[in-house]
Amino acid sequence: MTESLSSLQADVAGQGGWKQFNEERVTPIKKYALRNPSLIVGSVLLFGMLFLVGLGHLVWETEMFRPLSAPTRLGPTGAHPFGTDTQGRDLLAVAILGTPLTLRIGLIAGGVAIGLGTVAAFLAAYYRGVVDGAIRSVVDVGLAMPALLILILVRINIGRELSTDELGIAIGLTSWVFPARTIRSQVLVMREQAYVELSRLSGTSGMGIIFKEMMPNLIPYITASLVGSVAGAILASIGLEAIGLGNLSDPTLGMTIYWNIQFSSITLGMWWWWLPPLAAIVIVFVSLFLISSGLDEWSNPRLRKRV
Amino acid sequence: MGVLGHFIVKRFLFFLFVVWLASTIIFIIPRLSGQDPVKEKLLLEAQRGGAMQTGLDAMAKSYQKRFGLDQPMWVQYTNFLKDLAKLNLGVSIAFFPRTVNDIVFESLMWTLGLMGTVTLLAFVLGTLAGAILGWPRKPGWLQYVFMPLLTLSAIPQYLLAMILIFVVAFKLGWLPLFGGYSPATLPNMSFEFAIDVLRHAILPAFAIIFSAIGFWAIGMRGMMINTQGEDYMIQADAKGLKGSRIFMRYAVRNALLPQVTGLALVLGTIVTGQVLVERVFSYPGIGDILFQAIRLSDFFVIRGIVIVIILGIAGATFLLDVLYPLLDPRIRVRNS
Repeated sequence: MTESLSSLQADVAGQGGWKQFNEERVTPIKKYALRNPSLIVGSVLLFGMLFLVGLGHLVWETEMFRPLSAPTRLGPTGAHPFGTDTQGRDLLAVAILGTPLTLRIGLIAGGVAIGLGTVAAFLAAYYRGVVDGAIRSVVDVGLAMPALLILILVRINIGRELSTDELGIAIGLTSWVFPARTIRSQVLVMREQAYVELSRLSGTSGMGIIFKEMMPNLIPYITASLVGSVAGAILASIGLEAIGLGNLSDPTLGMTIYWNIQFSSITLGMWWWWLPPLAAIVIVFVSLFLISSGLDEWSNPRLRKRV
Repeated sequence: MGVLGHFIVKRFLFFLFVVWLASTIIFIIPRLSGQDPVKEKLLLEAQRGGAMQTGLDAMAKSYQKRFGLDQPMWVQYTNFLKDLAKLNLGVSIAFFPRTVNDIVFESLMWTLGLMGTVTLLAFVLGTLAGAILGWPRKPGWLQYVFMPLLTLSAIPQYLLAMILIFVVAFKLGWLPLFGGYSPATLPNMSFEFAIDVLRHAILPAFAIIFSAIGFWAIGMRGMMINTQGEDYMIQADAKGLKGSRIFMRYAVRNALLPQVTGLALVLGTIVTGQVLVERVFSYPGIGDILFQAIRLSDFFVIRGIVIVIILGIAGATFLLDVLYPLLDPRIRVRNS
């Protein structure tokens, strides 16, 4: 009797525990997901694709991304589910290796751009005066020059192929001006806020205000800009690769597009060659776009008014 | 007008500054890398032709003399700037003796023709779509029609271009696969040729318009939402004005201005995006020439194209900046 009672109590407590957990943790997430579907759909798309890529790494022989590792121009078959290209690459291996490689370029470039941009923005907006003037003119000039063209010039003059990591860093170095500009304007608004004023009056140092007061409030905004920068960097990298300035031995999505254009796969009717990289790029961009607009909604509540 | 004049002069000085700085960077980059594109090109040609390698140094020397590369750095620099001021971009290596000016300006016509029309169309259509999307009293189904269209803006133009080529040109065969005009014809002024050019332009144009519409619509939608709480909107409503009038004269009129600034900001992206679309279509514009020049490592043509594009973007930005105060009286007031 006592035993069954206690087990019943435990049961009730257990249910209550789950119920409480459900109400405190799960329900708000569910509610937020319903209100902000683009963030959820975008993340699911992106991580779903990454999951498939990871699975591919485990079950497929990825060394077949090299030319001449398979018969050429095969349509999708059992031995090569994604077919092979004119130079005898297994296109499934190319897809498995290329997708994370392209994302990696984007992440490196986006990280460099947002890092530099944030530092420049804080220096400009917090210290104002000469620093602001100098940074602002660099940014204005930088915005007037298309980064892709500068990258083309630099790449031509270096005269050798860049590794994908170097490509990412180069793209990051030429694309920090836009985030610098937008984050600067956010910081400018923020430094006039009452809580920053109060912190300054209580004698907090400049660095203290930047890291303790402003940064926490800017994180959502910076995250949203990071996603935008990553998408922009991937766009730039694929662009560079598509006009023939990528690393010819790397199987990135952009290089696959390059080989497609080079061997005019579309007019050869080799749809299995261009469709997978194209689909992967579309998924990457659409998911990053959805995540970025979801984050926008999070960081900029004015957009929350449903229209 | 004195204030406005001052503003225009200031913007013009900034324009000159951008062009000067860009040319200086373009001048410095090859000298920083320690590579000599001219010599490398000669080496490449020699390898291809299997010619004797002995005369190469002498050849490179005479080339350097010809291009003034044996003179002190500052003389080279001032010569470079002087040539630029005269818009003299040098001589092509691969298509010698054609000048870079000749090559670039021929292809520029194709690029400008396509880009001008397409950008204008996308701006108008996208802004209109965004205005309607940001309007609370629109029919509900519009949401489901336009939102997928906005997602298109996330897809790079040259990929849309590839899809369009496959579906419309390859599968259906409705429009030509590539080029600016049929290979068998020579450019002329006839009506048939105009139709031919138009047929070749439709697919590249749609590739760009489709993805650009989303960009403009998203910006406009945000601006329209921002106008909703404004006092003048409440006042217009309280006066009992017709919905269409509030929409056009109050909401759209005020939301439109930041779009113009947006146009100035994305000019660079528009140009580079089109460069890649032209590459996919082998459209005879500046993008195709740039690709050819990269393939043949024709340094002077690449440099010329970069300079022309930067000049174009800086010039267009200057024009937009100058026109902006005319469009927005608030800027004029703030300046005075």
